[in-house]
Amino acid sequence: MEAPNVEELLVQAERDEAQKLQRITVHKELELEFDLGNLLASDRNPPTTVRHAGATPEAELRALARDNTQLLINELWQLPTERVEEAVVARLPEPSTRLPREKPLPRPRPLTRWQQFARLKGIRPKKKTNLVWDEASGQWRRRWGYKRARDDTKEWLIEVPGGADPMEDQFAKRIQAKKERVAKNELNRLRNLARAHKMQVPSAAGLHPTGHQSKEELGRAMQVAKVSTASVGRFQERLPKEKAPRGSGKKRKFQPLFGDFAAEKKSQLELLRVMNSKKPQLDVTRATNKQMREEDQEAAAQRKKMSQKGKRKGGRPGPGGKRKGGGPPSQGGKRKGGLGGKMQSRPPGVGGKRRGGVQPHGGKRRK
Amino acid sequence: MDALDRVVKPKTKRAKRFLEKREPKLSENIKNAMLIKGGNANATVMQVLRDMEFFSKKSDCSLFMFGSHNKKRPNNLVIGRMYDYHVLDMIELGIEKFVSLKDIKNSKCPEGTKPLLIFAGDDFDVTEDYRRLKNLLIDFFRGPTVPNVRLAGLEYVLHFTALNGKVYFRSYKLLLKKSGCRTPRIELEEMGPSLDLVLRRTHLASDDLYKLSMKMPKALKPKKKKNISQDTFGTTYGRIHMQKQDLSKLQTRKMKG
Repeated sequence: MEAPNVEELLVQAERDEAQKLQRITVHKELELEFDLGNLLASDRNPPTTVRHAGATPEAELRALARDNTQLLINELWQLPTERVEEAVVARLPEPSTRLPREKPLPRPRPLTRWQQFARLKGIRPKKKTNLVWDEASGQWRRRWGYKRARDDTKEWLIEVPGGADPMEDQFAKRIQAKKERVAKNELNRLRNLARAHKMQVPSAAGLHPTGHQSKEELGRAMQVAKVSTASVGRFQERLPKEKAPRGSGKKRKFQPLFGDFAAEKKSQLELLRVMNSKKPQLDVTRATNKQMREEDQEAAAQRKKMSQKGKRKGGRPGPGGKRKGGGPPSQGGKRKGGLGGKMQSRPPGVGGKRRGGVQPHGGKRRK
Repeated sequence: MDALDRVVKPKTKRAKRFLEKREPKLSENIKNAMLIKGGNANATVMQVLRDMEFFSKKSDCSLFMFGSHNKKRPNNLVIGRMYDYHVLDMIELGIEKFVSLKDIKNSKCPEGTKPLLIFAGDDFDVTEDYRRLKNLLIDFFRGPTVPNVRLAGLEYVLHFTALNGKVYFRSYKLLLKKSGCRTPRIELEEMGPSLDLVLRRTHLASDDLYKLSMKMPKALKPKKKKNISQDTFGTTYGRIHMQKQDLSKLQTRKMKG
């Protein structure tokens, strides 16, 4: 007697299950494509019911929407959930639909002069406190900026230094020095900026995607295009009023084979004199400085390597990683050719100043 | 950093933050949309624009919507997006039938929730125009990208159907009803604006510009874990690479003779 009851119960349970699932199952011919990161579903089935509906397909559209939404919700409920402040939250995957960006990728900027120097020497930024104790005012003040701790322009009493003219205005002198420092900083910043922007110009063949270009850019692009033929632009016609491009001649100029005899004689004799003289033409101070700088660099690289091996994850892998790349190539460059290799790292304008300034220091160091 | 690279540096921290927000970055900000009223836009178009404000924010943005109306192109709506402050794609849609938010007397959902998007119809994958339209609409209506979503907070769904050259845009409020199991049964209630749109002219970006805009930075590409593989049974295998062993120095058993 009980057996048929048990069977009946089982069948009843099965029917109940099917009914429950029926409420949320939807039958579709083609599966939908889901992009759960965007809460998106795409239904590829042709909407036949809507097509047959005629003028006002509202009810059919609604039914279609309901079915699709049910499928999307089913998918969403399958995601792993967690409790965040009494709400059940589902963790969404990354959106899979690729959408175009808003702005182009940021380009890597060339290093500023200080950054290059710091990399060379192995200098890393030291962590400093924000506030410094100021004796004069008896309070904690900023290290730099508005109302800073040691502002020498704000002193109310300046002793006249030993060798200075007693009638000179020391306060004005300090303010003047500060203005000069600020101006120099600004100049260097603008120079770094110019260098960075010069690097950013190269784009696809000199042409802009939308065509809004300056006259110079277009001119440059046109010149490059003209020269990119098999005969390097020799047989390209020019428009009637077009002028020849300037600055496109030879880069090196050689003397004619015979011409100025006096000048030639002079240069040959000078050469002989240099070869015969006993004094070395090598600038010893510059050579020693170069050597010392190389040694400094090597030492810095060694130190970096040691500290990398010593520390594990506690150290700072970022700057260390960068420097490893910077260290060996510049060393390799220096080893290649003596002065030639060195010339590359110094910009021509400021190099002159430094060369002049280096000598006295070099003399001191040698001692 | 672009904020520090300008000739005139920002004088306040607030200005600096503002500039940093606007410059190109690896992972970008959420796109904003601007809605523009054309020189001659009639009441229908105006109402559409006002309703679209219900779904989007406006400020300096990369998505735009422009409404106009003239005899040749009645009830015109142009949806577009920009890349690097130049126009990337523009699609012109004509509004055939429009039912506004206020015409449907229902309760509305709070502003700013992320909608569910559904595209129905095989047209959306077949034609290039429709594919771009789908991409553009996803971009427009997507909302901010979030890692988690509150399941009870999924409020409304935007449903686009492509049929016979027309695109039906409907928005429904989501009602979650009890079903026997964990996943609820869905009932829909027509809520928001409903539009019947016709695709008119398109101005799509050239292929290379589109590819340029889709370029993903290397840093954001998912990193593949190397030397790990799985077989069909689910066992994970790893690979270790060893250096060459010097067999003469191998530690073997010593035989005491």
